[in-house]
Amino acid sequence: MTTVSMTLNGKKVSAPVEDRTLLVHYIREAQGLTGTHVGCDTSQCGACVVHVNGKAVKSCTMLAVQAGDADVTTVEGLANGAELHPVQAAFREHHGLQCGFCTPGMIMTAVDMIERHGASLDEKTVRHELEGNICRCTGYQNIVKAILAASDQMAAMKTAAE
Amino acid sequence: MYETSYHRAGSVADAAALMAKAEDGKFLSGGQTLIPTMKQRLAAPSDLVDLMGIAEMTGISDEGSAIKIGAATTHHEVATSPVVSEGIPGLASLAAGIGDPAVRHMGTLGGSISNNDPAADYPAALVALGATVTTSKRSLSADEFFVGMFETALEEDEIVTSVSFPKPSQSAYAKYPNPASRYAMAGVFVAKMSGGDVRVAVTGAGQDGVFRVAEMETALSSNWSAEAVAGVSVDAGDLLADIHGSAEYRANLVTVMAKRAVAAAG
Repeated sequence: MTTVSMTLNGKKVSAPVEDRTLLVHYIREAQGLTGTHVGCDTSQCGACVVHVNGKAVKSCTMLAVQAGDADVTTVEGLANGAELHPVQAAFREHHGLQCGFCTPGMIMTAVDMIERHGASLDEKTVRHELEGNICRCTGYQNIVKAILAASDQMAAMKTAAE
Repeated sequence: MYETSYHRAGSVADAAALMAKAEDGKFLSGGQTLIPTMKQRLAAPSDLVDLMGIAEMTGISDEGSAIKIGAATTHHEVATSPVVSEGIPGLASLAAGIGDPAVRHMGTLGGSISNNDPAADYPAALVALGATVTTSKRSLSADEFFVGMFETALEEDEIVTSVSFPKPSQSAYAKYPNPASRYAMAGVFVAKMSGGDVRVAVTGAGQDGVFRVAEMETALSSNWSAEAVAGVSVDAGDLLADIHGSAEYRANLVTVMAKRAVAAAG
């Protein structure tokens, strides 16, 4: 057992876990945040994507101890109180989900790609960047639409702030 | 996953010392192959020695005629490095096409080549560019480093610390990814060095991992164009055959990818 400490959604947390504990299980079971999902066993589906030190990673393909002392953000850490993050709001607005199981990973991947590409994000790039996230309901159309809408809105908000 | 003990190394020497104490240890880099393999209980190391905190193994530096990349550098860092994009555009685009964004944020150059998956992308770049692999013990040419499928010249306690890539005058990589796994069914890296030397390396298709195609190299040396390789085919007898494609299919893909790579290199 190792005591793993990290900053999770802005809050310092700590829990003793076995070294073999995956980050996703640390988040879900040791910290009780069940927004991050496990969809496959093979690192392909992306339902477990979280941000570690600002980068989107698959939390099922990383040990919790590897994320020791890191800054971790899950889907629960995006909204500002009752106000949804623009990507979350766009997924609702554009119906970017059906069953919702892949949605936390889709949203975390989307936030990361928008932050990296900024206003230059286009449909081709969005589709390429979604290669690591699988959705078996929507056919991706509305997910792509939601991400592009959120990207436009976040670019506009940034311009307005400047 | 079976039980394991995790250790974070602070230096290359520290990593070697931790490994010496382990009963059946493995080095952990980005973990994008090792962790899934452990999850499936196909690997069960008693100890993991994490190399990601070793400062001397990170970073990308322009050394004039070559670019040196630390083994713990992620695919994302290679893909977005202005030094790499400018000096070896084929290498930057190769890194940008590995796996998916989350994998590229974690996976590393050193981890990829040490694993030497026959369908991994990096081995093609190292062999085509004539890269030099520096380890905790010695320096090796890429041709010496890659031995066979999942096999390298590395000893149990030896760690890849950096790779030095000579800058080519032209280079490009083209791959046909498996639609599900994104691993290369065939990937071809072509490089024309400043002295005029041409090298063509193929990954994803060979039974023994990465290999060079001498006939394509000769054809491209006298005529650097996609047409020059269009008539050159590799022997299907030495190629992989599995549920994803027959050896003959892969042989055809190699020629097509070689044409695309030369066209992309310009």
